[in-house]
Amino acid sequence: MTGTGRTARAARAALGLAVLALIALFWHLGVRGQWVLVFDIKMGFLPPPVEVAKLLWDFAFGGVYDDAFSGTLWGHLGSSTLRVLAGFGLAAALAVPLGVLMGRYPLVFAAFDPAVNLFRPIPATAWVPLVLLIIGFGSQATIFLITLSAFFPILLNTLAATREVPPRLVEAARMLGTSRPGVLFEVVVPAAVPGIVSGLRIGLGLAWVILVLGESNGIDSGLGSVITLAREQVRTDRVVVGMICIGLAGYLSDRLLVLGLGGLFGRRPLVRGAR
Amino acid sequence: MKGAVLLEDVEKRYGGPHETAAVAGVSLDVAPGELVAIVGASGCGKSTLLRVLAGFEQHTGGRVEVAGRPVRGPGPDRGVVFQDYGLFPWLSVAENVRFGLRRRGLPRAEVRERAAAMVETVGLTRFADRFPGELSGGMQQRVAIARVLANDPAVLLMDEPFGALDALTRTQMQHELRRLHVETGTTVLFVTHSIEEAVYLAHRVVVMTGGASHGVPGSVRAVVPVDLVGERDVNAADFNAIEREIAALVHAPA
Repeated sequence: MTGTGRTARAARAALGLAVLALIALFWHLGVRGQWVLVFDIKMGFLPPPVEVAKLLWDFAFGGVYDDAFSGTLWGHLGSSTLRVLAGFGLAAALAVPLGVLMGRYPLVFAAFDPAVNLFRPIPATAWVPLVLLIIGFGSQATIFLITLSAFFPILLNTLAATREVPPRLVEAARMLGTSRPGVLFEVVVPAAVPGIVSGLRIGLGLAWVILVLGESNGIDSGLGSVITLAREQVRTDRVVVGMICIGLAGYLSDRLLVLGLGGLFGRRPLVRGAR
Repeated sequence: MKGAVLLEDVEKRYGGPHETAAVAGVSLDVAPGELVAIVGASGCGKSTLLRVLAGFEQHTGGRVEVAGRPVRGPGPDRGVVFQDYGLFPWLSVAENVRFGLRRRGLPRAEVRERAAAMVETVGLTRFADRFPGELSGGMQQRVAIARVLANDPAVLLMDEPFGALDALTRTQMQHELRRLHVETGTTVLFVTHSIEEAVYLAHRVVVMTGGASHGVPGSVRAVVPVDLVGERDVNAADFNAIEREIAALVHAPA
């Protein structure tokens, strides 16, 4: 990367940080001035950002308040991450192959398309009561909800990407000696990778959203359970700390996914927006 | 015979028996090592003919043979060069050229060696590790040519290969193709819109007319031999005479 490129990149990062700082400042002033905003948002009910920062530190490393909450972040983060990975991994393992097959073989598409479109509009929130009845409270219910929610964006993106593979590339592979079934792995899958990656990123983001939903029901580990417990105890500061942690975890997991794929593919033009 | 192309009364019909055929009654004999150009107005079925030879489309009548074997589906003995290149964007230049060689189960070292030699033949050694998206149109088309020549095909089928290139690059690529044709001795069938290009490159020029959109099937109107000795000069009188003869055949009413 050139010097100007690095400078431009630093400038963009500084711009992003400046906006974050402005949000924090607005938050600080709003709390101090007890502002009432649109939607009847009562800023006075929020903990000030400095307090939240202190609590976040304590949540991660302890040494500030030293209560039951102190230093418990990593345990909760670990449980949440495992659930996200299990649910997301299962969703990807099912949705990518099915999406490729549906995009490539009209018969597979005809078989699964009605079912997909029937189940897809049902939001995870609508699944919760049924899941609690047939699976029960706990980790498995959360993983199930994550799998279910991440499945559809991965499937639909894979399906669309597979269908958009230029017929020209299939012809090129065939005339170079690739067998008809060989085309699937030699051409269709690699050509669909950018779309598949987009689907995986959406699915992973959604996994963290649904995590909170799953962990609000009778689980005592995980970041979602931290938020739920804090709400029951009317600890707004802990609610906010939990929210920030989930935001960071979701952001970092997306970066790790993109970086990991970037490492896998090298300079190959396969991941959109990786650089 | 290696490299020979035989078309006998070939018909290609899309849809029902009452539709006008895209091409009908096309017969053509191409000798091994010959470079034959096919010209004609849009929709005359010249690309259809090439796609039938490539095996991308199944002909509905007649006989289609390459190197003595009937054409059934695409295969590496018929290398196709497309107007839009059709390179695999996720593979580097070298990997694109290796693609066909790898399919043939050759030893890895031999694949590398032959691909590298082919990349050098088209003058892209410096760009072997680049990706197609990083190359100009002319360079991409060189990769596409190298990729099929690496397979040592019986015949090279080129469908308006230089149509998307600017005039300067186009002239350069024409020189390049002549050189490669002399070096490899591969039989070439070349579809083009440009009469000049056809006369510059070909031993014989096939003129096609008609086409389903004109209500008559596309067919061969004439085959014009290009009897020019020595280096061809697009400004020479005898060159222009052949051009005029072909233009008259292309534009004359059916």
